[in-house]
Amino acid sequence: MNSNVSAHASAQKSQRVVLMFVAMLAVGSVAPFLVYPTLLMKLLCFALFACAFNLLLGFAGLLSFGHAAFLGGSAYITGYLCRDLGLTPELGVLAGGVFSGLLGALFGWVAIRRAGIYFAMITLGLAQLVFFLALQMKFTGGEDGMQGIPRGMLLGVFDLSDNIAMYFFVFAVFMAGFWLVYRTIHSPFGQILKAIRDNEARATSLGYDVAKFKLLAFVISASLAGVAGSTKALVFQLASLGDVHWHTSGQVVLMTLMGGLGTVLGPVAGAITLIGLENLLADKVGSWVTVIMGGMFVVCVLLFRRGLVGELNAVLTRNGLNR
Amino acid sequence: MDIFGIPSQAFFGQLLLGLINGSFYAVLSLGLAIIFGLLNIINFAHGAQYMLGAFAALLGLNWLGINYWAALVLAPLAVGLLAVVIERSMLRHLYKLDHLYGLLLTFGLALVAEGVFKNVFGVSGESYEAPEILQGGVHLGFMFLPIYRAWVVVAALSVCALAWYVIERTSLGATLRAATQRPDLVQALGINVPVLVTATYATGAALAAFAGVLAAPIQQVNPVMGSNLIIVVFAVVVIGGMGSILGSIVTGLGLGIIEGLTKVFYPEASAVVIFVIMVLVLLVKPAGLFGKQA
Repeated sequence: MNSNVSAHASAQKSQRVVLMFVAMLAVGSVAPFLVYPTLLMKLLCFALFACAFNLLLGFAGLLSFGHAAFLGGSAYITGYLCRDLGLTPELGVLAGGVFSGLLGALFGWVAIRRAGIYFAMITLGLAQLVFFLALQMKFTGGEDGMQGIPRGMLLGVFDLSDNIAMYFFVFAVFMAGFWLVYRTIHSPFGQILKAIRDNEARATSLGYDVAKFKLLAFVISASLAGVAGSTKALVFQLASLGDVHWHTSGQVVLMTLMGGLGTVLGPVAGAITLIGLENLLADKVGSWVTVIMGGMFVVCVLLFRRGLVGELNAVLTRNGLNR
Repeated sequence: MDIFGIPSQAFFGQLLLGLINGSFYAVLSLGLAIIFGLLNIINFAHGAQYMLGAFAALLGLNWLGINYWAALVLAPLAVGLLAVVIERSMLRHLYKLDHLYGLLLTFGLALVAEGVFKNVFGVSGESYEAPEILQGGVHLGFMFLPIYRAWVVVAALSVCALAWYVIERTSLGATLRAATQRPDLVQALGINVPVLVTATYATGAALAAFAGVLAAPIQQVNPVMGSNLIIVVFAVVVIGGMGSILGSIVTGLGLGIIEGLTKVFYPEASAVVIFVIMVLVLLVKPAGLFGKQA
């Protein structure tokens, strides 16, 4: 009887998951005909960035304050490969992901030696190191950034200079990344990450090599953040210091927090809200955007820690709709 | 006279600059360590409070005619009062949560402070004149020593020494150290720990503001002076470990000097040398030079 009930529940759950993916595909396919595609592409890049970040903070409990290094670093790599070496965009994005994965392995190897607040400070320091390298190295273009990155021909066939074609490329990259994060969270590996997040000592005593799991989570997260950065570089045909700056690291924390830490759709909701708001306010309040962002941080931390999706889930659960 | 092929004026000039930066690192990391000890949060707003100290001195002079010496006392007082408000109204509600929320809250506050000042005063900044008695300099034979710079080192180190004395050698310090270890027990002994916590946060912030006033005549007073510095200070804190007061001071000074020397011998690396040292220390001694392994 009991197993029947749980089988029923799990069937219902998998139904809901399929529904979620179908809905996302549907909305994503219609959206570029209703909303300015460039804005949508920016949204998707940051949504993927935030999903990657959430994998680390929401599910492994590791607060990285240096994720800008992956977003911005791989943007430079992709820009260099596509502009100066003439690689096709899909290879450029792939190379960006691999680069960030390696950089993430390096960051993780150093930072995982400390936990909690120290981990955050170390990742911030490492990202600052990357920032100064980007500032001083010749190929990045320093203060001017790397300009004129060609979008190129996808697989040598599809011309991405067309905004709609570019949009569907970005959307495909986002969905693939989102699916990967979803699979990671719902795998045995993801279960162990959650166990480490909730009680590291217990996970250790159960025989898990905690450091190894953290490192792998860090590498996956960094790599996906890199893919987001590479894609963004192609969309805007620009890789700049702004993407490597600690402000960007803070921005992704805010997106994830606002959308809902440790929820699947939270980072997406957070990215849409924040980028949408930024877009809406930019010409009205100008540089006061930073102040508003800081204020939202304060409000989120004090009053709204579950975030948009977290609050929604709580309301659904209270009304018995979320089983 | 040359030292390793570098003119002595350039060598000692950079060494002095390193010593000054080191003094700032020492005062700021000391404040961070004191706050972390009792509140268990990393105060990301520390850089903003340093910036606020410098602006308090500048605006106090421009608007109210408050001179440098008064600013050295009044600016930390004002920033300390602001810190009391922040602790009472916001930080207080986060102590039972994950420590990371304290970091995020203070990060948000730092963004607000920096953003407001950027909008009102622009990014380029204004200069602040040192008092007349501290202007000028002395020729020491091997170098020219600007008096104000010597004063900064002396003042910063005196404050560090005072903080060390209060924490390690007075009964107030003993209470503070006890509360760091076992706040519940100290509370049971009849000491008002919440007030102690508020006072500690305010003191840490006031120290940052004091450093800001000291820095005002040396560099342009601008809204981003704090955020550039605080990330380096975080690295200093990771290197030293926040376990010991004396450790924070020594690490801060030492790293400032190393940074200064890097500017002499390999200027390209001077912006990153502290972060590189951070990596090396983490590889060899993850708890930091003076830290206790958790």
